[in-house]
Amino acid sequence: MGASPHTPGIFVDRKWGVVVLRLEKRPTPSKFWLYATPPVAVILTMIAGGCLFAAMGKNPFEVIRTIFWDPVFGEFAFYLRGQLLVKAGPLILIAIGLALGFRAGIWNIGAEGQYIMGAIFGAAVGLAVFPTENRLIFPVMVVAGAFGGWLWAMIPAILKTKFNTNEILVSLMLVYVAETILAKASTGFLKNPEGMGFPGSRNFSSYPAAANPELIAGSGLHWGGVAALVTGVLAYILLTRHQAGFQIRLAGQAPRAARFHGVSPARLVVMCMGISGALAGMAGLFEVTGPAGQISIDFNTGYGFTAIIVAFLGRLNPLGIVLAGFLMALTYVGGEMASTNLGLPDAAIQVFQGMLLFFLLAVDVLTNYRFRLAVGAH
Amino acid sequence: MKRRTLLASAAMGLMLASGAFAQGMEKVKACFVYVGPIGDGGWTYQHHQGALAVQEKFGDKVEIQYQENVPEGADAERVLTQMALGGCNIIFTTSFGYMDATNAVAAKFPDVKFEHATGFKREHPNVSTYNARFYEGRAVQGTIAGRMTKSNKIGYIGSFPIPEVVMGINSYYLAAKKVNPNVELSVVWAFTWFDPAKEADSAKALIDQGVDVIASHTDSTAVLAEAAKTDGKVIGFGQASDMAEYKDGPRVSSIIDNWGPYYIERVQALLDGTYAQSDVWAGIKGGEVLIGEITDKVPPEVKAEAEKVRDDIAAGTLHPFTGPINKQDGSPWLAEGATAPDGDLLGMNFYVEGITGDIPQ
Repeated sequence: MGASPHTPGIFVDRKWGVVVLRLEKRPTPSKFWLYATPPVAVILTMIAGGCLFAAMGKNPFEVIRTIFWDPVFGEFAFYLRGQLLVKAGPLILIAIGLALGFRAGIWNIGAEGQYIMGAIFGAAVGLAVFPTENRLIFPVMVVAGAFGGWLWAMIPAILKTKFNTNEILVSLMLVYVAETILAKASTGFLKNPEGMGFPGSRNFSSYPAAANPELIAGSGLHWGGVAALVTGVLAYILLTRHQAGFQIRLAGQAPRAARFHGVSPARLVVMCMGISGALAGMAGLFEVTGPAGQISIDFNTGYGFTAIIVAFLGRLNPLGIVLAGFLMALTYVGGEMASTNLGLPDAAIQVFQGMLLFFLLAVDVLTNYRFRLAVGAH
Repeated sequence: MKRRTLLASAAMGLMLASGAFAQGMEKVKACFVYVGPIGDGGWTYQHHQGALAVQEKFGDKVEIQYQENVPEGADAERVLTQMALGGCNIIFTTSFGYMDATNAVAAKFPDVKFEHATGFKREHPNVSTYNARFYEGRAVQGTIAGRMTKSNKIGYIGSFPIPEVVMGINSYYLAAKKVNPNVELSVVWAFTWFDPAKEADSAKALIDQGVDVIASHTDSTAVLAEAAKTDGKVIGFGQASDMAEYKDGPRVSSIIDNWGPYYIERVQALLDGTYAQSDVWAGIKGGEVLIGEITDKVPPEVKAEAEKVRDDIAAGTLHPFTGPINKQDGSPWLAEGATAPDGDLLGMNFYVEGITGDIPQ
């Protein structure tokens, strides 16, 4: 990703002759740019996005305000703040799990599939005991959801450790398998028997023992949001204080050293894939019993993929990911506002979100490289 | 609890501001929720044409707002709430999957009118539903397909296995079978409303099986684009929109969804203070379903035959589902001369006799 360090940019200066702008690898990654990258990327996105909106004949300041300010402080913030939480919850939960693996150089790209399988497993448990009312039902469903996601992540994990397959490809392809199973679930084995033949399961909102409603009305906070925040703290402790966290960091930074240190690569793969799968599965369960309400053919809306951006935006740091999750949620909720209220096409909002990732990766180059001006050297 | 009160008072404020006490309104803010992009060239495009027709008809008396690409599910609920909070007086939710979201948000905003396309739930007095009898258009397409196929293999690209789509498949097949007893139907399920790549793949799969007439129930023009690659061997139909750009190519006719008249009628009623909850299901006769021009690729006698089907349906002398019709498993459904009750159609989850394959369960 990014320019090769050996490709200099060449400028001709009147006074100095040939000026070469060279990208040079830093001896150690820059601490400053590590933390400065996300805010700089956001500002660059606002500037470039503003130009785009201006070119479309909209007032760029109004659009930027609608996206970044109004959902938090605007007229309808009392409703939209809660929606930020609804949107950020699953993103944070999934991204934290992914970040653990990414740090160790294990690339689980299939969180979307694990999210789907978690929802199906958890929902199946709840629907199987319908309409029993028991306080244990929901906790058991959460465990089942985590299990479903874990199971789905174990397929690429075991294939990698036993047969050395590429976990990127296998986990990604399994997303499409999970989508097919989801279609089957909503039109077949989990279909609402009282749904007049229409696809989709029973709605959990009318089944209190299995539902995941707002904990405080209007706040948008449901158990998924709680789980996301708690997981953020736990993951932070794991990475900074625990032996397993040390192994993860070591395996990512210095794989050979890690092996000498007694870190088993196979165990690490199984652990990282397992944690990220279980967290994605839990996110799916909280979503299907809460905001989504039911298993339906298009239950998944891409949280598993967006979470990859969130993980990197948060610098693979659990606390950073919590902030990044909210920022991403803001571009969604605010983007929708801008789209409806200001008549912006949806594609413009998507371009805007894409710019964020683009600038993040572009500015990120500065963490590991620096620009050097070399005069006349060619 | 305080937040809930806020939501309620915001709703109250809107109600007072709009003064919607069945006395008519000075100005209506009409909002539309779309499942695809307005440039899809099909389903969403046609709904947006309807929205534009409302704007044109009422000018300054209406304000139009819309949101594209709204996923069916939790996101729809947020978009609807934002619209209601933002002062929309009437909100048209234009996809089946918005059904639960529409009813949930309608409960919180009793003074905003909600109009849900193709659904059946009207849990609150401010929710109306509307749909069109697309299966009538399918009978016209089936007639053309049965006459035009050389391989006797015709195809149908289903979106989701919901009654709306199943009745289209059955109507298409029955009409084709009527004019060509040897016809065989292949159905491919795309499990999407709008995904040009998947739609094209589905078309390819049918063409590989030897199908030479394809009808589709998805929203983009990808199916016709795929058929256009066969040097005229495969023909198809415009779906939801006329898709006239393929007139010189594979498109021999089309079903055009014409939502404008309904949207104008509902907004007019709101302006006049005569608005009432309703459930509208009109078809060719009511003008909601239009049959696009049948091109010269179709021989004159076939064209005349297809147009007669259209006109007979409009006149009420022909019902696409007229007995005797058996279900796929051979059990009787409609007796000789009986026509399908609307209830049967709206819950249709079976193929008629002669169609092979299963509805995904």
